[in-house]
Amino acid sequence: MAIDTLDHGFDRAEVFARIRRRTIFTIAAPVMILAYLVYTWFAFDISGILERAQPERAAILATDSVAYKVHVTKDIRRGGLEVAIEGERTATYDNANAPDWVKIDGDNAVVDLGEGYIVDIAGKTMKFTVPGYGVITATATKKGVETQLPPGDVPDWIKDDPRKFDARPTIDRRVQVTKTKIEVHNYFGGWENFWFAFNSPLHGKSFGDLVSLAMSDQRIDPDRSNLSLIVHEFLSNPDWQHGEVFTALFETVMMAVLGTLTAALVGLPLAFIAARNFTPSFVLRFGVRRLFDFLRGIDMLIWSLIFIRAFGLGPLTGALAIAFTDTGTLGKLFSEALENIDNKQVEGVRATGASQIQRYRYGVIPQILPVFVSQVLYYLESNTRSATVIGALGAGGIGLMLVETMRTSRDWENTSYIIILTILVVIVMDQMSSWLRRKLIEGK
Amino acid sequence: MAVAALEQDILSMRKRRQLYSLIGVLLVVAVLVSGYSKSNAMNSGSFVQGLSKFFDYPGEIVIEAWNAGPAFFGLVVHFMPFMLETLNIAAVATLIGGTFAVVLAMASTRNVDSYAPLIPVVRRMMDIMRAFPELIIALFLIFVLGSSPVPAMIAVAFHTSGALGKLFSEVNENIDRKPIEGLSACGASWLQRIRYAVMPQVAPNYLSYFLLRFEINVRASAILGFVGAGGIGAELRRTIGWGQGAGDETAAIFVLLFATIMIIDQASSYLRGKLVGSGRAH
Repeated sequence: MAIDTLDHGFDRAEVFARIRRRTIFTIAAPVMILAYLVYTWFAFDISGILERAQPERAAILATDSVAYKVHVTKDIRRGGLEVAIEGERTATYDNANAPDWVKIDGDNAVVDLGEGYIVDIAGKTMKFTVPGYGVITATATKKGVETQLPPGDVPDWIKDDPRKFDARPTIDRRVQVTKTKIEVHNYFGGWENFWFAFNSPLHGKSFGDLVSLAMSDQRIDPDRSNLSLIVHEFLSNPDWQHGEVFTALFETVMMAVLGTLTAALVGLPLAFIAARNFTPSFVLRFGVRRLFDFLRGIDMLIWSLIFIRAFGLGPLTGALAIAFTDTGTLGKLFSEALENIDNKQVEGVRATGASQIQRYRYGVIPQILPVFVSQVLYYLESNTRSATVIGALGAGGIGLMLVETMRTSRDWENTSYIIILTILVVIVMDQMSSWLRRKLIEGK
Repeated sequence: MAVAALEQDILSMRKRRQLYSLIGVLLVVAVLVSGYSKSNAMNSGSFVQGLSKFFDYPGEIVIEAWNAGPAFFGLVVHFMPFMLETLNIAAVATLIGGTFAVVLAMASTRNVDSYAPLIPVVRRMMDIMRAFPELIIALFLIFVLGSSPVPAMIAVAFHTSGALGKLFSEVNENIDRKPIEGLSACGASWLQRIRYAVMPQVAPNYLSYFLLRFEINVRASAILGFVGAGGIGAELRRTIGWGQGAGDETAAIFVLLFATIMIIDQASSYLRGKLVGSGRAH
């Protein structure tokens, strides 16, 4: 290098010109990038988006994903009082066994929301004692809601509408009154009924209880053993749908594994045809190379859409979409690796009188095996992520499930449960592939 | 005796090796066979049935595109602004993600004198950023920010900073330390050492990975558009949702997407070849 530059001779003017060009470039490049970012700021209308953003949705999502609420509902038309988790009919408490913060007296009740917040429901009237503010009285009438607030300004946590009264003094306490019902929400941290459904015989049992149940021969359900009952009750939990979630995850992983393996096994022989040093025929080489470009260029998005049309929903669709795209990508990578191999080993094998197959097997394959294995593992890992997206396009698996739970946005804890599981699976695949790579290639 | 023992050793080693290879091959075959039969059973349409229908849809849109005649090229032009939006998403995401990646890489390699206690922390952080599927971040941000290109951009940028950060820190690990030592001998600060000793060495490789990532991100942005993030993906969703009759529009988008990806792919592999030499272009 040093001699090279000296050979040119030392031209002062040229050196300075070069430095000047460099300086201009170092200033111009960031300025151009900045200008581009300013352009996209307006192209994406970022200020408008920030204005229209709904950060409270993020707050709702954050609270809802780590908390659940218990509804105390008084039905004014038909009478009767119900205490239910998330207001669901399948998770309604027996009134004799109501939680101890609700004192039920026939159709009336006193709900203690803690820290001095008390709701007294009597007939059609609700009295809400708020510490530091006073007592709010709301009565359901035929036309709507009549409210009496303590004197002074109305705080912004109260929505006093003649049709619907809503008060939420803290994020975990809420009261709503309409002309048909009075509803009190009490929020609790944690994921409710995570292991077993509310009406399952196993609900509320501790881990120790479950172990001893599984060991004991006293069957709860005479038709099946306790262990299978426990597994069944867990997987068929209607709120959390563990069974469906696990199946969807399995589908997603299967898409990635099958797709990547197929792509690798189809791509390898094709790569031999695309490599200059293995295929002298220009036409054949050109054809296979363009095939690789074509498969890659169509992109996973389009392949998925075509396969969804042909094969419907399911892991097969996703696997084929991944296989088609990555045959192109892996084929190209393998053919590049094949073009860079050392010919001496092949010649050595040839000198022993080996046939062509034997030359490939003992002269070529050992040289490209590290590239092959590491690229396949790398793509396996990245395809696990791709499979979630392909699923969301409509191929099924965890991606579709995620999109659906988000769209219905019923229970955000379900969404966060799916998100956590998906990330866990991706991390496990990532760790497994890098462990295998270390083991197989570096021999550690 | 020693030779015989050695031969025995080699033979048993080779046997073990062959056994491992056999197990490996059998495992792969078993996974493929059972996987395909299982997924065929789980799929709503079966493979054999679908095979006959495989060319129906592409055929259908090709015919509709053919019937549209010269108007088809008008459609391609019509969808160009949407393609540009997708390209913008990818470009901004790659720029922002790449910037973060440089910072992360500089903070996580011993070879460039990063602050030692920070190295494992930043590495784990990059692992987590890489593991987060783009889809999840995009869907969450679409929920908060509404349907627009920004959620996709942030999601892609987040993933990019993790993925590029790891590749960049691998590049950092292989640099020559002599320029750094030379600079520190004349009292250069850490930032000066990075600027004048590290950056000139790593810039070609960084740029090469950067281009590769841009190519990947264009694909990712197109897909994220389909789940509600705008750009060409959103248009594709619309035309596909219309079903029959919109086949020419769908075909126009397919052609546009294919052409763009091909151009970027070829351009980036040419540029990368120039930057780091053809042998190390990937």
